[in-house]
Amino acid sequence: VITAPTRSAAVPSRTGPVREGIAIGPLSLPWRGRLVAVSLAIVLAAAVVFTAGIAAGSANLTVLDVLRTLGGAGTKASEFIVYELRLPRAAAGAAVGLCLGLAGALTQTFSRNPLATPDILGVTSGASAGAVMAIVLGGGGYSVGASLLGFGIPVVATVGGLAAAAVVYGLAWKGGVDSYRIVLIGIGVTASLGGLTSYLVARAQLTQATAATQWLVGSLSGVSWASVWPMLVALAVVAPVALAQSTRLEISQLGDEVSVALGVPLQRHRLVVIAAAVLLTAAAVSAAGPVEFVAFVAPQLARRLCGTARPPLLGSALAGAVLVLAADVVARTAFTGEVPVGILTAIIGAPYLIWLLIHRPGGTL
Amino acid sequence: MPALAPSHRPGQEVPVRPGEPGADAAERNRALDALTGPKTGVLGHLARDSSQRRRPLRSVTTFGLLAAAMVVAMAASLFFGSNPVPAQTVVQALLDPATDTQAIVWGSRVPRTVLGLLVGAALGLAGTVMQGQTGNPLADPGLFGVSAGASLAVVLGVYVVGVNSMGLTLALSLLGAVVASVVVFGVAALGRDLASPVPLAIAGTAVTALLGAVTSFLVLNDAETLEAYRIWVVGSLSGRTLADVGPVLVLLGIGLVCALANARSLNNLALGTELARGLGESLTRARLVGLGAITFLTAGAVALAGPIGFIGLTAPHAARALVGGDHHRLLPASALVGAGTLIFCDVVGRLIGGQAEVAVGVVLATLGGAAFVVIVRRAKLAAL
Repeated sequence: VITAPTRSAAVPSRTGPVREGIAIGPLSLPWRGRLVAVSLAIVLAAAVVFTAGIAAGSANLTVLDVLRTLGGAGTKASEFIVYELRLPRAAAGAAVGLCLGLAGALTQTFSRNPLATPDILGVTSGASAGAVMAIVLGGGGYSVGASLLGFGIPVVATVGGLAAAAVVYGLAWKGGVDSYRIVLIGIGVTASLGGLTSYLVARAQLTQATAATQWLVGSLSGVSWASVWPMLVALAVVAPVALAQSTRLEISQLGDEVSVALGVPLQRHRLVVIAAAVLLTAAAVSAAGPVEFVAFVAPQLARRLCGTARPPLLGSALAGAVLVLAADVVARTAFTGEVPVGILTAIIGAPYLIWLLIHRPGGTL
Repeated sequence: MPALAPSHRPGQEVPVRPGEPGADAAERNRALDALTGPKTGVLGHLARDSSQRRRPLRSVTTFGLLAAAMVVAMAASLFFGSNPVPAQTVVQALLDPATDTQAIVWGSRVPRTVLGLLVGAALGLAGTVMQGQTGNPLADPGLFGVSAGASLAVVLGVYVVGVNSMGLTLALSLLGAVVASVVVFGVAALGRDLASPVPLAIAGTAVTALLGAVTSFLVLNDAETLEAYRIWVVGSLSGRTLADVGPVLVLLGIGLVCALANARSLNNLALGTELARGLGESLTRARLVGLGAITFLTAGAVALAGPIGFIGLTAPHAARALVGGDHHRLLPASALVGAGTLIFCDVVGRLIGGQAEVAVGVVLATLGGAAFVVIVRRAKLAAL
């Protein structure tokens, strides 16, 4: 008599503890207590720095004022300050962090390389080259570039970033895109565009060179609601698509052959992941310029905090938001002149990552 | 062939019977390998090794061509420049320095050529060691914070005490480079995970970013520092004399010895740290020697020419596409590729800019980037 193996018979043969799971209809997910707890903690931290970011500034508001105003019970003055000045900036900071953090996690995971950031997909250098071209060539008002500037720098930067990413993807295509080859092609294209950008800056007139350099440093000082909306739309559209690739990303860590054997449509999956990373980065860069370091450090911080084998997508996005918001608060309050937020993300993020490296070693990616 | 196929494994050599139809051993082995699956992991590495050992001629030709290209670039560097000098005059001046009245040949072109040779070769070597040590195609010689540390030290020198002499700048950049790489190594070692290359790479990136941020912060706060830094950071081969090269030569020499001594360890590390240890490799010693090579070579190069990017990142990939993954061949090939490319781009920068030369770093990135894309697209990639 053949009996089907029962659950009680199967369990003792397993060596580790059985992992609890959640099953809702056809969906089932492993329950990762620490991941959830850390993610909630990061959300809380993001809310705190978000509120602090709105409260901090030359016109002093207390946190209570901010909460009251956001609740709709503020004075006219505080409503103006919060809704027109501080909230767009805080929202932009959060959105830039979310976009770059998620894009960084996607890139590091699909390429299986912790040093890979969306920059190597060509999107940042393409956006920079586009923006600098618009500033330098369009500034005179008599050349071809004049019409470029007519579109506005964010539009030109977005187009440049997407075009460069398409070129990288196209050049890396050789009967499919190999994650090793696309990284190398990305290095080449990024270098070429970077050379072009520095040539333009070096040859430009001083005022235009200054404007271009300011854009290239990356800053939140020029943002308004108009620059926040594109990022929120990008997040709303792309983030669910990216999160849906989570399982396939997990499988693809085992290597290309194994992924194909396990039924992952590798090329389509890779295209979706790359496109998601590129769109998110383009949205962030066109709004705030190339804010450095976030896309690298946020996934690494989140992975170590959550104790996962690869960067958690949601956690990385949230860590990015906390980092950019915190850096922006420090940038606006701690110094007399405005310090670019990209410098402070490194000054805050790097020591924390070093501390985590010393105290939480291990893991491969 | 069917008789052999069942027992054949990827990478396994098949004896050649003379007179057998189509008995080109290499070709048949390749065909069999294609039948029996891709070469990955250890077998792939060994297979690559053995198949290359059977083609010494091709290797010699490749090296000959690389060396020839470098000599051509050096000659071009001596004969062309923003000040046109007749070829005859150049030859005369080279043979007899006394006739070099305008000091263009011995005062400018010879130092530039020598500098290009040393810096390019050093960065090519350092990049190869760095990529071998970290097993990461994105690793460049600046990854352990060497360039960033040198930059910060130079900026601090200008910011705090107003250093402006070449000799002091050199000493400062060396000090900064060594301190930064020791810090990176220390962070990775404190994490008790020296064996795995990943923490090294991440610690390096974090320290590099931190140093870079502090540098930018200082530079933004002080116009005078910005002026000095702006000129230094672009990276250039001009404005140096042969006398500046002397003391750095010692550093580069130590770095070169360390790099060559590391070749065998790098080959073992390419198999993965577990296997390397199994083969009797002392990981700590391998990492220390590699770190010495990277630090001395990069620090010397940065001290001489400023932080020139790109060469260290791409020369190893180009060399790997040409001669394969064995570091005994890869190291010299990267040095040749690095030196040739740097000198060539320097010449191009002199010629396209007219009197105002285009900095070599800009030419390097623009042209080199495009050339690199072509190489990567054409080559069958030998993965790290």
